[in-house]
Amino acid sequence: MTELFEDGNVLAGPAGEIFAVDITGATTRCVGCGRADVVAALRVYPHAPGLVARCPGCDAVVVKLVRGPDAAWLDLTGTSSLRIPLPEA
Amino acid sequence: MRMGIVTPGFRGRARSADEKLPPGQYLVEDFPVLSAGPTPRVRLENWRFTVTTETGRKHEWSWADLRALPAETPTVDIHCVTRWSKLGTSWRGVSLDTLLADVETAADYVMAESHGGYTTNLPLEDLLDGQAWIAYEFEGEDLTSEHGGPARLLVPHLYFWKSAKWVKGLRLMLDEDLGFWEAVGYHSYGDPWREQRYQGD
Amino acid sequence: MVQRPGGRLAWRVGRLAEIHDETPTARTLVLDVPGWPGHAAGQHVDVRLTADDGYRATRTYSLATPADGERVAITVQRVPGGEVSPYLTEVFGVGDPVEVRGPVGGWFVWRPTAADPVLLLAGGAGIVPLMAMIRARRQAGSRAPFKLIYSVRTPEDVYYAGELRRPEAGLDVTVVHTRKGPVDRPGEPHRIGVADVNTAGWPAEFSPQCFVCGPTGFVETVANILVALGHDPRRVKTERFGPSGS
Repeated sequence: MTELFEDGNVLAGPAGEIFAVDITGATTRCVGCGRADVVAALRVYPHAPGLVARCPGCDAVVVKLVRGPDAAWLDLTGTSSLRIPLPEA
Repeated sequence: MRMGIVTPGFRGRARSADEKLPPGQYLVEDFPVLSAGPTPRVRLENWRFTVTTETGRKHEWSWADLRALPAETPTVDIHCVTRWSKLGTSWRGVSLDTLLADVETAADYVMAESHGGYTTNLPLEDLLDGQAWIAYEFEGEDLTSEHGGPARLLVPHLYFWKSAKWVKGLRLMLDEDLGFWEAVGYHSYGDPWREQRYQGD
Repeated sequence: MVQRPGGRLAWRVGRLAEIHDETPTARTLVLDVPGWPGHAAGQHVDVRLTADDGYRATRTYSLATPADGERVAITVQRVPGGEVSPYLTEVFGVGDPVEVRGPVGGWFVWRPTAADPVLLLAGGAGIVPLMAMIRARRQAGSRAPFKLIYSVRTPEDVYYAGELRRPEAGLDVTVVHTRKGPVDRPGEPHRIGVADVNTAGWPAEFSPQCFVCGPTGFVETVANILVALGHDPRRVKTERFGPSGS
């Protein structure tokens, strides 16, 4: 059965209100299984009250993002780190 | 106050100014499926519902135990925080009054826990007095897995994210703790009639 | 990595400048967006519609063309019973305003500075960002060799049909029909498989950059085929469309 998930490209717009750099190429590391993925490769379930991005390996929640009326809530407890490529300093 | 333009000729979904709907809601005839993760598949022979009190004492029901309890058939209106409402939905399930009748507790708060890791928090009193059920049938049919089957929590007086799908138990707590959505900005209580969608509403 | 001039994204007001119907149910909308900072091929935009009672609906669409000053183009597929696509493909008229946020996305992007061979695999509406890449290649005069494999239900569903039929140096186009094929061409309708990718795609030894876009089922199938044929998974970029584009 095909599950209704998309990928981390869906996070780009809402995250673009928070970060000045695009995060779809940032690398996360799942706290559940240690797997590293770019955000674009995470499985995102967008049909929910917020965006939930899960590990493609073990389905653990890696990132949650909720856009409220006057704030964005970002939960990164599912990733032990976020590596954001930047231009050479 | 909202700034921004109006898109001429855009109507969007039919939105009713019906007094039966809480503020900001629109009526649907279908039953949208919203999910924050893959659908758990739970086998009935492994199904358990466990109430754990604040002292660690456990009360457990198997599927057969649940089905042997007196059931009710509430017809209720449901309201999702994503703004759709569905009126007059019919369910079959066991009242939490029945399930919690012999549970001794001093707890004021509950965390509902589901297969797949979803959680949602509520005051214990909102599960009692005919306000909540463990539901296993919808519109006369077995509750499908996409809508939370084999059994889900049904608490229609709060926004529907509180009606945890694939429920596997309740953890009774002395202090309030925040569940899956409440921890990222959704309201701790979630009364649709006071439009309590987000923390601070 | 995409550094955004001006920092975080904000909504801008754009106006519809031109309409092109791609198929009886899909329409390209060309918007003028004052202040548009430019974009890369493969990126997308969020589009927000507001009714006069303040009700809002937001959808995401891939950009169909490379950067062109303040002009951006999207191709919208009308979904029967959808909330937004019937409005955009039937009511939204030249001169009407709409809010646009972007450009969004930096991962699923092709830049003309890249000289490697490119393999594009499109499922249905997944052709849109890949067409932006083809057009970016042309606009920049790039010699990077491109191959496109485009899966559609019937010949009537092909977007940009005239443009894709015109021969173009360094671009090979193969269309796979899944429901009904063209009358004048043999080849039974079928779902894209290993043989299609093997015949019409680059060999893995050429180490092409692969871009796969379409519904989740298509993307999963094709990405698995590419890996099975020996392509390095790190050279395969995917973008899944969900049913949220209604």
